[in-house]
Amino acid sequence: MSSVSNPPSIVRRTPRWLPLLGRSANPGDAVFRSVSRLFALLILVLVLAMAAQMAFAAEESFKEFGWGFITSQKWDPVGQRYGALPFIFGTVVSSLLALLLAVPVALGIAIYLSELAPLWLRKPIGFLVELLAAVPSVVYGLWGVFVLAPLMATTVEPALRSTLGFLPLFSGPNQGFGMLSGGVILAIMILPTISSVSREVLQAVPANLREGAIALGATRWEVVRVGVLPYARPGLVGAVILGLGRALGETMAITMLIGNRPEISASLFAPSYTMASVLANEFAEASQDLHLAALAEISLLLFAVTLLLNIVARLLVWQVSRGEAKGAR
Amino acid sequence: MNLEPAEPVVTAPTPKVKAPSAPGGAEEPSAPEVKLSAEDLRARFGTTQVLKGISMPIEARTVTAVIGPSGCGKSTFVRCLNRMHEVAPGAVVEGRVLLDGQDIYGAQVDPVLVRRHIGMVFQKPNPFPTLSIQDNVLAGLRLNGTRVPNPAEVVERRLRQVALWDEVKDGLDRSGTSLSGGQQQRLCIARSLALEPEVLLMDEPCSALDPIATARVEELIHELRADYTIVIVTHNMQQAARVADTTAFFYMGELVEYDQTDVIFTRPKQRKTEDYITGRFG
Repeated sequence: MSSVSNPPSIVRRTPRWLPLLGRSANPGDAVFRSVSRLFALLILVLVLAMAAQMAFAAEESFKEFGWGFITSQKWDPVGQRYGALPFIFGTVVSSLLALLLAVPVALGIAIYLSELAPLWLRKPIGFLVELLAAVPSVVYGLWGVFVLAPLMATTVEPALRSTLGFLPLFSGPNQGFGMLSGGVILAIMILPTISSVSREVLQAVPANLREGAIALGATRWEVVRVGVLPYARPGLVGAVILGLGRALGETMAITMLIGNRPEISASLFAPSYTMASVLANEFAEASQDLHLAALAEISLLLFAVTLLLNIVARLLVWQVSRGEAKGAR
Repeated sequence: MNLEPAEPVVTAPTPKVKAPSAPGGAEEPSAPEVKLSAEDLRARFGTTQVLKGISMPIEARTVTAVIGPSGCGKSTFVRCLNRMHEVAPGAVVEGRVLLDGQDIYGAQVDPVLVRRHIGMVFQKPNPFPTLSIQDNVLAGLRLNGTRVPNPAEVVERRLRQVALWDEVKDGLDRSGTSLSGGQQQRLCIARSLALEPEVLLMDEPCSALDPIATARVEELIHELRADYTIVIVTHNMQQAARVADTTAFFYMGELVEYDQTDVIFTRPKQRKTEDYITGRFG
């Protein structure tokens, strides 16, 4: 009991400058934390810098049009009158249309691949789905111009008009280039994103929930409905938000198909225009300062609309998952 | 898991299977009613044979424990009794399982309907996390599209049956996963009982529970025995001795011995059984 000699060494001698990095006694940890914090802050700086730069570039347009920029439907570079409403309308409607078309199909693919498909089929189809997500959008656009647009003009749109033509949505001339074609191409493009993320989410559902449902005498559909989907819902909404983000920002393919006319029409057959498309089409040729400023303001709006829709979607997720089980995340 | 060298691993290819009632203590005079009966039941995953021909009658309104070392096929066995085994990819079942004389693997049989008559409780409690306590109890009934005329009554009855009512009656709207592990397991048992099954399979129902919760569940098994036929897989030999009327010892996919529980634990006839219950291997 007289071993006074060497107490175990538990005190670290740290250089005096280290406390500046944080409270950790371990210099490695302190450096690691500071560096990773710096990276995280970079994101914040980047977002703020982009927003500030766009706002700065749009200053002239702010001064000239004020809030009228958002509410005006007139876009006239020759007459120097600029209003963004048709572009906002085109972006939002084409993206929502894409979601409407893509989400049911994507969920169907995901459910099939994670719950129903035979094992040997899951890998190849899953791989193909992910491959689709990697196809460059200009390729989708070309396919749209040569295949989709003629098909829409000659077959789909006439069929829709003859059956649902009494709705203003499906009236007007069928040109093949318009809101409907744009929405369809966007739907095809976001399909792989939504379905591959959804598949991952469904596969993460614990097997014992499935077994619980099976043991209660659930059919395969009931297993999915009762055991799998409720647990996976927050993740599935996340997948849809990712798809929405892609649809909102998509430029090339939709520019090639939506018709590029700044009009607001009730008909889905009519041409429209999106914010991303007008930026791509006009930015290189804009010479007047006001035109450039208006385009900068549009990019700021696109930024804002994307942010807003994402926030709304997140709030929706919170709304549904609040008061629900902790186990469901 | 390896054992003494003297004899080959599996001594008797056809182990002595005794009708559990033969030496029967209490209910001697009446002929035993066989509720569930496995006949030459074989199961495999792909090419791995997990069950190598099990024949075993299970008497109505008894508790039968299935014991054996890990990997002996005891879980697979009970999962074959309600057609859960075949749900896993690559899983194949051969042979017959008779429920009241009717083969549940028959050509015309719908496994979904089988499972409504043979309930199952799992190792890890698995209440549906997005459903409330009462909806968990009713989940099975609602799945089957049964109109539940008085859901509140069903919920109370089943929760009382598993001795959970007093603990949860003030928070029936809470999520099933807000309960403790032992409570969740009793909720899962209530959920199975709501379907009024005749047979209840329990696959190591207490292995994730603490001793007090375990005692509760064992007590419950005792009470349920009056009305249900229970097959319980357990790693815990004391548990088998406490709750079971008859015990089956499985080893490497075969049924080594099946007899009254006290016989298995005091005078086993097979050397292997004795080695296992005395802790010489396993």
